[in-house]
Amino acid sequence: MRISLSERIFRIGNAMLLTALTIATLYPIVYVAFASFSEPKLMMAHKGILWKPLGFSLETYAAVFNNPMILLGYRNTLIIVVAGVSLNLLLTSFAAYALSRKSLQFRKPLMLFIVFTMFFSGGLIPFYLLVRNLGITNSLWALILPTAISAFNLIIMRTSFEAVPDALEESAKMDGANDFVILFRIFLPICKPVLAVVGLYYGVGHWNSWFNAMIFLQDRELYPLQLILREILIVGEADSMAEGAATDEIIVLGETLKYATIMVATIPILFVYPFLQKYFVKGALIGAIKG
Amino acid sequence: MAQSKLQYGTVSHAGRLPSRIADDLVKNKYLYMMLLPVFAFFIIFQYVPMYGAIIAFKDFSPRLGILGSPWAGLEHFKDFFGGLYFGRVLKNTLMISLYDLIFGFPAPLILALLLNEVRSSIFKRSVQTITYLPHFISIVIICGMIKDFTSSDGVINDIIAFFGGERITMLLEPGLFRTLYVSSNIWQHVGWGTIIYLAALAAIDPEQYEACKIDGGGRWKQMRHVTLPGLLPVFVILLIMDIGRIMSVGFEKIILLYNPTTYVTADVISSYVYRVGLQEFQFSFSSAVGLFNSVINFGLVIGANWLSRKMNDTSLW
Repeated sequence: MRISLSERIFRIGNAMLLTALTIATLYPIVYVAFASFSEPKLMMAHKGILWKPLGFSLETYAAVFNNPMILLGYRNTLIIVVAGVSLNLLLTSFAAYALSRKSLQFRKPLMLFIVFTMFFSGGLIPFYLLVRNLGITNSLWALILPTAISAFNLIIMRTSFEAVPDALEESAKMDGANDFVILFRIFLPICKPVLAVVGLYYGVGHWNSWFNAMIFLQDRELYPLQLILREILIVGEADSMAEGAATDEIIVLGETLKYATIMVATIPILFVYPFLQKYFVKGALIGAIKG
Repeated sequence: MAQSKLQYGTVSHAGRLPSRIADDLVKNKYLYMMLLPVFAFFIIFQYVPMYGAIIAFKDFSPRLGILGSPWAGLEHFKDFFGGLYFGRVLKNTLMISLYDLIFGFPAPLILALLLNEVRSSIFKRSVQTITYLPHFISIVIICGMIKDFTSSDGVINDIIAFFGGERITMLLEPGLFRTLYVSSNIWQHVGWGTIIYLAALAAIDPEQYEACKIDGGGRWKQMRHVTLPGLLPVFVILLIMDIGRIMSVGFEKIILLYNPTTYVTADVISSYVYRVGLQEFQFSFSSAVGLFNSVINFGLVIGANWLSRKMNDTSLW
């Protein structure tokens, strides 16, 4: 097929525009990466944008990994993610399975009871007072229990359970299987992709969350990574930046240390993300269709 | 077996409500066992705080508890509406939402339309992968990057200084807060926002394009008569839903970025609730502000849903 001149101009212009947008999206991240590998002294003197790392140094990364708070934060975050997601998936699949069964007589009102919480909440302060009264502040339970089920993820999972043919459940019931067996042996294996989607959403949520930790934890030993990051990047406390390092070193390392910290906290997501992209996209679509 | 179950169902339907509940509890006991922890969760962590919101009408003291604290009527609401900051937080909430709506809402649509015209699937997929990425970076890191780039010796000021401009710490400028807030939002979420539009674009019947081409329609005609009408339902629903959220600006990004110098443009209802409630410990007053916001938001979402159903026959419930 012949391509007209105006068509060609449009295509080239479009490709250039999209390339520019892509670079604009990526550059802030690339800048941080370049800066984190730069020689701290060169970076201090440098003004303007970076085309490549200034020299090459892993000194700052060494400092980041020597910071006990970062390691502690990492450990706490991993505990929260693993424990949190396990509880999330267990309870969400219970809810999704039970509420997708047509034999359940009151499933409409029960569903309404849950969906209502997506649109109305008691607010931050009553929530804070509740968690305090439950006596779970200053423990990781305060981060795991209040986020045990998201109604949004429940709806995603319920939608996919509803699509499982009724015949499977009926024949399993004939064989004497109860609902727990049917859920774990039949539904969850069939719906593995949606389990992955929902698990990822919960996992990213736990990984990125910081606010509940800030209001509920006093003990620094329990701080998740994001809260440590907040101290380093936002509040700018020099002591949490390089505990153990000599003061002169901190000043020189200062800027690059921030960048290396950002990298250390983001690299897991950057690495995992390309492989999981299709699941994320799938979840976004189911979620969008269902509201 | 299946038949006897059916009869059982019919019989229980005819019964009175308590016996229907009892029948269902027996028949579906395993399902109810599954739902037990689920409803315990929603009651404790969602409905108990709704009940707790009555402290908005009391003079709550932790020592006396929710029930024991004396009633205060509408005093806290009056204080808020008549107070110094009511106008400020209301205006800031609406302005940030409005900016987000005007600049942030059309951005994913435009990007999706541009992506839709790309023929090379590798190029298209690369652009998608990269533009989706920032969506998953944590808000703390995003705000840390904003703070670093906009500081007086940060990279943005380096560029401004290079062109002869004056260096300023941008996060200390009330006039720049909304711009920074909204533009970083667009940067972070524009790619992710295209997903739903791209799905709607993929659902358009290719024959419609063929028919348009046969009628002599070029790229612009195809866009006007096939693409845009195909996207309209999705566009309208998303727009209505966004308008429904106009009073709910989340506090996380705000409280990470603002400071007393920028409160004048940055402090929104939710960040005000956080500050007054959890930093100054005025529990009842801040609960009143939060309850006011919850009720307005609920009304807006219900209204938005009603409108969406009227216009599209599509709604959330």
